[in-house]
Amino acid sequence: MSAPTTLTDLTIAAARKGLAARDFTARELAAAHLAAMERHKDLNAYIVATPDQALAMAEASDVRLATGKAGALEGIPLGIKDLFCTKDVQTTAASRILEGFRPPYESTVSQNLWDAGAVMLGKTNLDEFAMGSSNMTSAFGGVKNPWKRRGDDRDLVPGGSSGGSAAAVAARIAMGATATDTGGSIRQPAAFCGVVGIKPTYGRCSRWGIVAFASSLDQAGPIARDVRDTAILLRAMAGHDPKDSTSVPRPVPDYEAALGRSLKGLRFGIPREYRLDGLSPEIQRLWDQGIAWLRDAGAEPVEISLPHTKYALPAYYIVAPAEASSNLARYDGVRFGLRVPGNSIEELYEHSRAAGFGAEVRRRILIGTYVLSAGYYDAYYLKAQKVRALIARDFEQAYQSCDVILTPTAPSAAFAMGEKMDDPVAMYLNDVFTVTVNLAGLPGISVPAGLSQDGLPLGLQLIGRAFDEETLFAVSHVLEGAAGFAARPGA
Amino acid sequence: MSLDKATVARVATLARIKLPDADLEKMAGELQIIMAWIEQLGEVDTSDVAPMSSVVAHVLSQRVDQVTDGGYADAVTRNAADRIQLGDGAFFVVPKVIE
Repeated sequence: MSAPTTLTDLTIAAARKGLAARDFTARELAAAHLAAMERHKDLNAYIVATPDQALAMAEASDVRLATGKAGALEGIPLGIKDLFCTKDVQTTAASRILEGFRPPYESTVSQNLWDAGAVMLGKTNLDEFAMGSSNMTSAFGGVKNPWKRRGDDRDLVPGGSSGGSAAAVAARIAMGATATDTGGSIRQPAAFCGVVGIKPTYGRCSRWGIVAFASSLDQAGPIARDVRDTAILLRAMAGHDPKDSTSVPRPVPDYEAALGRSLKGLRFGIPREYRLDGLSPEIQRLWDQGIAWLRDAGAEPVEISLPHTKYALPAYYIVAPAEASSNLARYDGVRFGLRVPGNSIEELYEHSRAAGFGAEVRRRILIGTYVLSAGYYDAYYLKAQKVRALIARDFEQAYQSCDVILTPTAPSAAFAMGEKMDDPVAMYLNDVFTVTVNLAGLPGISVPAGLSQDGLPLGLQLIGRAFDEETLFAVSHVLEGAAGFAARPGA
Repeated sequence: MSLDKATVARVATLARIKLPDADLEKMAGELQIIMAWIEQLGEVDTSDVAPMSSVVAHVLSQRVDQVTDGGYADAVTRNAADRIQLGDGAFFVVPKVIE
């Protein structure tokens, strides 16, 4: 019998074996995580914990395990980003405007996980409406990264927007977590917290029941502690859903089967334009190391060009706010969420939205409204959509000479809470390596590959062809093995 | 192009977000920084490029035009700040719209 502290260290793959062998019960596994969540409350990784539900689900899992009816994730305790609607459990998108909202329905992705037997520990914190790269815009307070710089006690951000999910997985208060990625919101926090996160191809996971931010860019994916666990989770989350017209009717492969695939003859692209002026030398070193690891595994590096990279972030900051301003029009104080009274219905809308939305969300709604307003649509929105087409074309051309692309995930390691808060553009630059992938709808994965000079995790990103997540898992598994990343927070 | 206070006030009205006059200046400054940074898109020649609105290559599926969901007004209105039950119906309540 393992002690509770060790149960929370297990990978999902190991826990699955232990549960099947009845070395421990799903209830013990859930209880160990709930106790750890209680000890790590200061991280603020969860907005809501659901201990009663977790134990009830775990007990049901134990019955299915005992009767040979176990699903692929039977008894595995997970955190659910508080952007996924969960039936009768408060879903806020980390916004005051949705405080107290209890959806009468369940998102397709979370339902898929429950159908596979997974157990819900609670709803993880995030940037408000997933708009941010630090988790500092949450109406429920920032999340602390469980990692700290060597010899420096300052609290660091976990990245964002899926900061609660990444921090929870790194701190061993969830075995895995759901996340979403609109411009880098799975991959950047995964890199900042030393865990693995994959944003699958647009259309791979259903968006139904996920609070919408920018509908043409949003995509759900998992965060877990290793590549195998991420593959296991994605397989359960993905799949066609008639309720989301952009979800794609393609069979979901057994992603785990791609692990261990040989890289002999594989060509991996190194985009020239990602060698930014002023790129930190330790990020450059990590990237060079990644190239050497893949070469040692028999793959061949190819220099490629993605000429419109520089324009991806500015294009994103038209497309995403434009779509957000439209999606967030539904928060009007009438059907759900916060209501602040007014003398007319217009005043009710204006007061409710002013009180309910935080500063960053207000900013983006105003940008989106401005670029879509009469006289500016062609100059901004249409222009951005054309630049987006060029960015997608850059990738198409690059994939004529390579099979996968290797880049850093983020331009720096985690920064301190409160840093980069004065200049919105400086904050946006966190996504410089990840945002192109959303604009082109491609899959991208971040794997921890090393430590910065002051002891913080750094991630490498792999970008794949559309619906070729299997190559991403195969290659990232090799990187993971070569990096042998064993450091953990608080150690 | 410059985003002055009057423009921000107009956009805030369009977006139905009440901005106090005291905040307009600060917001105009922040938005101006972001919009100035976005202006670099003007460097890209897009004269022969079709705009991309979706990355999904497949043709959207079609289904029979019929009601497939509904019939639970109670669940739909449950999260409203103000609602009323009248007979079998559940309704959202808003300030008077028609004089």
